[in-house]
Amino acid sequence: MSSFAYALQTTIGRKILTGLTGIFLTLFLIAHLSGNLSLLIPDGGEAFNRYAEFLHDLGPLLWIAEIILVILFLTHAYIGISIYLNKKKARPVNYSYYKSQGGPSKQNFASRSMLISGSIILLFVILHVMHFKYHLFSPETYMTSYDGQEMVDLAKHVEVAFLNPWIVAAYSFVMILIGVHLKHGVWSAFISLGAKNPKITPVLYTVGGVVAILLAAGFLLLPLYIYINGGLS
Amino acid sequence: MSTQDNISVNLKVWRQDGPNDKGRFEDYSLKDVNTHMSFLEMLDVLNENLMKEKKTPIEFDHDCREGICGSCNLVINGIAHGPEARTAACQLHMRHFKDGETITIEPWRATAFPVIKDLVVDRNAFDRIMSAGGYVTVATGNAPDANALPISKVHADSAMDYAICIGCGACVASCPNSSAALFTGAKIAQLSKLPQGEPERKQRVKSMVEQMEKEGFGDCSNFGECEAVCPVGISISAIATMRTEYVKAMFS
Ligand code: HEM
Ligand code: FES
Repeated sequence: MSSFAYALQTTIGRKILTGLTGIFLTLFLIAHLSGNLSLLIPDGGEAFNRYAEFLHDLGPLLWIAEIILVILFLTHAYIGISIYLNKKKARPVNYSYYKSQGGPSKQNFASRSMLISGSIILLFVILHVMHFKYHLFSPETYMTSYDGQEMVDLAKHVEVAFLNPWIVAAYSFVMILIGVHLKHGVWSAFISLGAKNPKITPVLYTVGGVVAILLAAGFLLLPLYIYINGGLS
Repeated sequence: MSTQDNISVNLKVWRQDGPNDKGRFEDYSLKDVNTHMSFLEMLDVLNENLMKEKKTPIEFDHDCREGICGSCNLVINGIAHGPEARTAACQLHMRHFKDGETITIEPWRATAFPVIKDLVVDRNAFDRIMSAGGYVTVATGNAPDANALPISKVHADSAMDYAICIGCGACVASCPNSSAALFTGAKIAQLSKLPQGEPERKQRVKSMVEQMEKEGFGDCSNFGECEAVCPVGISISAIATMRTEYVKAMFS
């Protein structure tokens, strides 16, 4: 085994990979959210539909991006699970009573449930792609045309989905979990990637919390708006 | 915190006859505990009572009893070294407990720290990590002049912040993953700040990380619990430093 391949498998290599994949997944979420929020432009979904069409027209470039995303997800999930398994091996007999010392400790609901929040996110991502890309739960395909150009009315598809209270509830739950995952995740990724100035690290924890809240709130905005408003406009 | 001079406590102590014994909790109660006693002195009193009753005393590790040797490894009420921050178990006073309180005492629990007896665990894994790279090369012969090697105050102070590690293992004991990242990181960070550590700098981080891996410690998930229980308050910046040192060693 080359020393580089070995390095990636040490506890340090694994942590750097979790951090890197986590950061790239977070960046992907930011890009995804910006696309979604174009639905709030009061133009009957035109900007959003044109954006979706533009992505589709990228063809092979889009496939490459999708493959990279799948690799990011799988690597991240694989290491997350292996860290959990290692932890079981490293302490087979648990304490009968265990408490956090508090103070500088970042042990809390968010950090202790990374594997659970992550696993639900993974399940959600699979269902989400089936739903919005392969129309699993709503088989109709809506069409529209702008300046004579026919295209898929994905905005309508989203609108129909988020008028269903069950979809809104399930979706909102997972978006909150993404916030919970990132509350510990963003900060953790910085430390995994070597942030070490003790003057800056406490600030990073706050920054992580803010990023988590903004992302969760951003993703919650659309379904709640559509549901409460009874449609997009 | 108790303002009385004497309190009674109930103790729930882990007893294990040897490495292969399954172990169990045993309950004891102790009256008239002087609140100015340290936690270990309270255990001494309990052991004396046990010996008077012709019972086997509780084995626990201790040496300096002044917070510098790192032997007193006890998980007290679910927290390594007990409820007081930046305090080793030997420096913990009984006044921090309430009259009539039940106190649970367990050994460090980690595959890499097997229990020898009762509350005593084998921490040789730390020594093997040290042997793997926690040393520096020095010229033999006459001792060099003091202060012959200039070190900036910033670096000296920062190295000292890591050098204060007493190797007690509370970081491992409290970590939900049983990771030894804070201990190993502190040793690597300390030597990376000093010119004396320079000759072995790259090999050191590789070897020590490899040994830490072999000992069966878990991964670090940046919980920061280690920093919270560390009796000398070593920052998890040590762990981030170990990671950057490792990457630098890999790419150069
Ligand atoms: C949109 C998707 C996701 C994003 C943005 C994300 C983000 C992050 C970030 C930034 C971290 C911190 C990395 C570090 O500690 O260095 C992290 C950690 C973690 N993630 Fe995710 N994650 C996502 C999906 C998942 C999935 C699908 C799983 C599946 C199991 C997962 C499991 C974990 C676990 C277990 C950790 C903690 C690792 C540890 O204990 O050190 N995540 N995530
Ligand atoms: S006995 Fe030496 S540190 Fe507690």
